Amino acid sequence: MKKMLSIALLALCIPAFVFAAGSSEMASAEPSNEIEIFSWWTAGGEADGLDALIKVFEEKNPNLELINSTVAGGAGTNAKAVLATRMQGGDPPDSFQVHAGHELIDTWVVSDFMEPISFILEDNGWQDSYPQDVIDIVSYEGEVYSIPVNVHRSNVLWVNPKLFEKYGLEFPVTIADFFKVAKVFKANGVDALALGDTNTWPATQLLANVILAVAGPDKYLELWNGTCRWDDPSIVSALETYVMVLDYVNSDHAAITNMDAGGYVAEGKAAMNVMGDWIAGYYDSQNYVYKTDWDWVPFPGTNGEFIMLSDSFGLPKNAPNRDNVIKWLETCGSKDGQDAFNPIKGSIPSRTDCDTSKYSPYLQDAMADFATNRILPSVAHGAAISESWVTKVHDIVNEFTTLKNVDSAVKSFQATADKYAPMK
Amino acid sequence: MYCPKSEKRKSFLIILPIMIVLFIFIYGFIGWSIKVSFSAWDGIIRNNDFVGFANYKELFTFRRFPVDIWNTIFFTLLFMIVCITGGFILAYMIYSGMKAEGLFRTIYMFPLAVAFVISGVLWRWILAPETGINLLFRMMGFSAEFSWYVSTKHIGPFNIALISLVIAASWEYLGYTMAMFLAGLRAIPQQVIESAKIDGAGKLRTIFSIILPQIKPIVFSAMIVIGHVSLKIFDLAYAMTGKGPNFVTDFPGLYMFETTFRGNHYGEGAAISVFMLLLIAVIIVPYLVSTFKGEE
Repeated sequence: MKKMLSIALLALCIPAFVFAAGSSEMASAEPSNEIEIFSWWTAGGEADGLDALIKVFEEKNPNLELINSTVAGGAGTNAKAVLATRMQGGDPPDSFQVHAGHELIDTWVVSDFMEPISFILEDNGWQDSYPQDVIDIVSYEGEVYSIPVNVHRSNVLWVNPKLFEKYGLEFPVTIADFFKVAKVFKANGVDALALGDTNTWPATQLLANVILAVAGPDKYLELWNGTCRWDDPSIVSALETYVMVLDYVNSDHAAITNMDAGGYVAEGKAAMNVMGDWIAGYYDSQNYVYKTDWDWVPFPGTNGEFIMLSDSFGLPKNAPNRDNVIKWLETCGSKDGQDAFNPIKGSIPSRTDCDTSKYSPYLQDAMADFATNRILPSVAHGAAISESWVTKVHDIVNEFTTLKNVDSAVKSFQATADKYAPMK
Repeated sequence: MYCPKSEKRKSFLIILPIMIVLFIFIYGFIGWSIKVSFSAWDGIIRNNDFVGFANYKELFTFRRFPVDIWNTIFFTLLFMIVCITGGFILAYMIYSGMKAEGLFRTIYMFPLAVAFVISGVLWRWILAPETGINLLFRMMGFSAEFSWYVSTKHIGPFNIALISLVIAASWEYLGYTMAMFLAGLRAIPQQVIESAKIDGAGKLRTIFSIILPQIKPIVFSAMIVIGHVSLKIFDLAYAMTGKGPNFVTDFPGLYMFETTFRGNHYGEGAAISVFMLLLIAVIIVPYLVSTFKGEE
């Protein structure tokens, strides 16, 4: 009886091993009529936008079956970990969402996981459909590596028009204006600037805006490619300005998220907020009225400049269904695809020839700026610098925001730049 | 103990599969992590170049890791003190004939069934400055505020904000230590306590001279359980406060996750996890040694 039992137990273990061996074979499947798209768009306007994009794809390719693999988690933090495991394990999805810029280039292109896709732009005659600055952001050594589906702007100051009217103030245009109005709000017991940096990156985003405003676009670009040092007088002055800005933020900033902080402005609890323009979609979804409950200006001192970030899709090497991926990327890059996705997601298209009438009033304004402004990559969202660098930057910003020690911040920032900047 | 040879072989065969799995997936990967922690692997592509203690040194060039260690020490101490004294008091109350014992036992044990992630979200709502009890107090007209939730105030290396995490974690584990103590209390022979009473010992005297010495092994195992929970803490802090401003509520587990899976600094991440292993070993190894001694 005992013998039987032990044999039965051993037998139970066998399927586990067989199964483990079998799954590795499944990874190298034959090309099929399937295509797997990997993203972190799981909720709200993002998920609806993705569905609209998928619909366009399915109409164009009725014989293909699209598998929508999503992993939930803000800004893709969980999805990226899953993706890294799959890529390193030789089981890439057919195509995956990735922030355009260094997040794509430094993590996946330099390490030779991606195939260049310049030919898609050439085959479709799209070389001039995207602004050159955007093409530069998704390129490495002259080759394009991903198709940007959307564009968000991160140097926007969101304002509450009612509060400005109440105290007879104008929306700030320069950094000096900002401090002028902030003083008035503070004197009247209103939080001038809402910040919700419980996840740190909103603070990094604010710092990047201040650096652009104080040091200017050329220094901004040089700082993030490693040719400008952090002890440069203009950068030190920017860090000092950031510390001054922190005098006007809400006291509970460390306990709330960026969405909470955005809400403070529309609710009239705070006068201003610096956030990417996905907050406009949030205001719309909460039925706050544009120009009445909320309005916007470019971050003071950055008029004529557009800090962009973008979600894009690329073609991994060894993608199981390469031909289908090319069709998917053609949908992502097409006018139809972008016009289906972006109005719902609350972002603007990366092309400059799209149908503006489909977009909300704010997005139309953003599209006008996108077509004429100087375009710069965002730091907090993987466009300007690599993930390796930005995680370190977040840590330093977290400490800097609390301790406000410019000297030690300069030293720490420079130490990480020495290690991770592309041109040190 | 006598054991025939054929039985020995059979029992060996039975545990063999689990031994293999254990050695590959636990000890094998611990070894692998140690190897990675000495390598230059920084990025998606593996780099096996040996760099000695460079990754460990890198950890101490920034403030974050030393702060994490201090946080772990203080959190562990406070969590242990609250759970063990609180658990004992609760168990003693039930033991000394509280009414509706079954109901209270269930109430105290219930939080243990809630995952740390969920209790983290709950306590965030309760303690955050703009919601929960603070809102309640304001509605009642008090101006006082529990602002230590993510306060950056600190006494020496002790961050005040840790208190909120200790409250949440203790809420979850008090019932567990209570159950352990209750089992221990019920195992004390009634005669011993009665004879103490006859000898004229008061309540406190009985607790300190009779009960506590009797349940010492249970205090010890409760410390081990609580200790290893707090050294590995990740989900509660991740859901409740995150790393906090100036890392007031940061722990090595959070740092390891961000370093490895967000920044792709695999070497550094492995160094953090090896450090965590050493921290846990400080608690577990003496326990194992004492258990083996006891068995001999």
